[in-house]
Amino acid sequence: MLGYYLRLAAASLARTPVITALMVTAIGLGIGASMTMITVLHVMSGDPLPGRSGTIYYPHLDATPLDLSDGPTDDFTWPDAMALLAHGPAAHQAAMAGGSLLVRLERRDLQPFYADGRYTTSDFFALFKVPFIQGAGWSAADETAHARVVVLSQGFAAKLFGAAPAVGRTLRFGETDFRVIGVTADWRPQPKFYSGYSYSMFNDADGFFLPLHTAQELKLGVNGDVDCWGEADSDAMYSSPVCAWLQFWVELDDPAAVAAYAQFLSDYSADQKKAGRFQRPPSSARLDGLMPWLRAKKLVPEDVQLQLWLAIGFLAVCLVNIVCLLLAKFLRRRREISVRRALGARRRDIFVQFSVEAGLVGVAGGLLGLVLAQLGLWGVRQRPDDYAKFASMDLVLLFWTLALAVGASLLAGIVPAWRASSAAPASLLKSE
Amino acid sequence: MQLHPILASLRHHKLTCLLLVLQVMLTAAIICNVASLIATRIGEISVVTGLQEGGLSVLDITDVAPGGDAQARHARDLALLRAIPGVQSAAAVWNSLPLGQSSYTSTTCDSQADADRAHQIRSSKVQGCSQVAIYHGGPGQLALLGLRLTAGRDFQASEYVLPGHDASNPVPAVILSSALAERLFPAQDALGKDIYVNRRTIRVVGVVDTLVKPYLHEPADDHDTMLWPMLPDGGSVMYLLRSYPKDQAEVLRQAKTALLKADPQRVFQNVQTYAELRRTYFRRDYTMIGLLLTSALGLLAVTVIGIAGLAGFWVQQRTRQIGIRRAIGATRRDVLRHFQTENFLIVGTGIVLGLGLAEALNMLLVREYGVAPLPALYFPVTALLLAALGQLAVLNPALHASRIPPATATRNL
Repeated sequence: MLGYYLRLAAASLARTPVITALMVTAIGLGIGASMTMITVLHVMSGDPLPGRSGTIYYPHLDATPLDLSDGPTDDFTWPDAMALLAHGPAAHQAAMAGGSLLVRLERRDLQPFYADGRYTTSDFFALFKVPFIQGAGWSAADETAHARVVVLSQGFAAKLFGAAPAVGRTLRFGETDFRVIGVTADWRPQPKFYSGYSYSMFNDADGFFLPLHTAQELKLGVNGDVDCWGEADSDAMYSSPVCAWLQFWVELDDPAAVAAYAQFLSDYSADQKKAGRFQRPPSSARLDGLMPWLRAKKLVPEDVQLQLWLAIGFLAVCLVNIVCLLLAKFLRRRREISVRRALGARRRDIFVQFSVEAGLVGVAGGLLGLVLAQLGLWGVRQRPDDYAKFASMDLVLLFWTLALAVGASLLAGIVPAWRASSAAPASLLKSE
Repeated sequence: MQLHPILASLRHHKLTCLLLVLQVMLTAAIICNVASLIATRIGEISVVTGLQEGGLSVLDITDVAPGGDAQARHARDLALLRAIPGVQSAAAVWNSLPLGQSSYTSTTCDSQADADRAHQIRSSKVQGCSQVAIYHGGPGQLALLGLRLTAGRDFQASEYVLPGHDASNPVPAVILSSALAERLFPAQDALGKDIYVNRRTIRVVGVVDTLVKPYLHEPADDHDTMLWPMLPDGGSVMYLLRSYPKDQAEVLRQAKTALLKADPQRVFQNVQTYAELRRTYFRRDYTMIGLLLTSALGLLAVTVIGIAGLAGFWVQQRTRQIGIRRAIGATRRDVLRHFQTENFLIVGTGIVLGLGLAEALNMLLVREYGVAPLPALYFPVTALLLAALGQLAVLNPALHASRIPPATATRNL
């Protein structure tokens, strides 16, 4: 029966090519616009560590004085981060900060340039399970020895050394030589949550990783916020107890570990308060899961939200438009309906027949919408925003685009199909 | 014009009419708000910086091996730049410009007491204080930027200092923007007064007209800026060049070559005209305007085509009735009017409801996204636009209807 209805629908749509084209275009435009923005939103609010995000936590300690008007910061001071590293009961944990360093090479053809990377502690690679293709990260001993070693990303190593193996080579950051001890596979959580700041989570992947203690000793500049609430000159701020600039992540594999770590934070905070360094109560110390923490960062800019609402409004108008056109189209065929009813078709049959027609419009519109959404996403990728380059559709979204189109047009077809099927056959036959 | 036949025929299509009204209503509400969003963005991108922007070019440099004396290096570079044909003047400044997205800011107050209070709570949100953007630069900065002095004078040669020359008094003199002068010293002459920056005092020697910050955040604070006579030092410097606008590309190319030749160990962060810098600052707004405009036009197109399509259907459907009306004396004009009036009634209802919805939508947007409230003018303009588009959409089907011959009434009987 479905095949017959499909043939009927195709014939009926072909009879009014202009109206059909209009409906397909309308639903295509609406779906295209909506799916473009939904994809952007999906990219921006995805899970950066699928399967592992449930075990990654961000601790909070609030070392700021009570009368500070700016409110608490997410970042850690050097002494607090070091205390957590030394005593925190976590499977893995690491402190980190972003840095932008001038890179110089022996190679004559490569002008000096600035590269972004991360200063972090030795457990970083185990904490986030960063895959290596050559060598490995540094040890805790390297960290305390302030070793001049660096781990590069695959892309960055290729840029510097071409196809030759990078491990064992030397490169110069600023005035200091570093030995390459490992190369990671191109690893880029989406968004780059560990950078800590919503403004840098869609930046390029880090090109290098080097020991935090080394960076702190060399006073390598940090490209995140350095938030000080007491007197600290620029020489001392990277070890000052009143300047927060470090991000800190821990891995806790079960609820008992989470509870133990939360207790540890609270005890640490109480100790610091007793010692007179913290002013806020121990209850200000807490532990956030990665996903809740990310949601609280509100990564989706208001522009994008507005655009999404606009796209949805657009789709709504397109749908109303289609309901109008389908209604007019179906009601014109009252005679055909009456004949079918008189020959024994049930109301349900008529309803299904017209729904198939609406669905067919939806499929065509969905295909057009898919093309338009790809076009729209291409346009988004040309934008200068950091998140833009990641805007592309995966198979799941591809499926949802078609589903949304067919669902929307079936919805749009309900009223017209119901109206078409509810007319009494006799009265219509009589009137002709 | 009789309304009765129109209303009677509309009564036959209650649901379709309702849907059409709904569509026009949604379109009106969205168009009205989108237009206002576009207007806001256009207002933002046409901000007056206070600079004489045409002919201004920028080179932002970091010296990688900053051996030797930075001042000597800058003097050498400036001499090279001034020697380039087409360059009228050149100056060395810190790497901060209006809309340049790199800023040095300091809490600045009108008195010691306010400065102490601001310091205590570590915030500039204190009466008599403001977070002020500082433009540090060497001789010629004011003239090169094309700023207009409204009071006082430019810095004297003896007032230019190096960073950290004196802890008690960072610079011997300061020039304020008129907005900052008005904020710190309302209804007074700022000239000769002292301002407090990080609890140290600086004497005001001049006031310039408009000068905006490197970043624009709060319209109320965006003009709180000042100029310091402080020479760039260390590895990083920005050179400003003035030339005829037509020469800018060539001047920049030659400048880069000359500077690299003098010292190959340097990284150019930005080599651009001020116009490019300005476009970069507003790039998101340009994208957003393009996007909003496209959606608005797409929406209008869908609605117009929808109305036209439906009207076409109705004309076909009522061919016989039209024929009968023509046969019993209606003129072509009457038929045309019938469809035009019908369209006007439907679209008009949609518009009236839509404007109400627009206001509601706007209130929601104001609350959630802090957009500007809809100016009253937008309502009549949207109404006229949609009514006109409605008429345009129905024109062809209505003309088609008016050409139906009376004889149609006698066919198919």
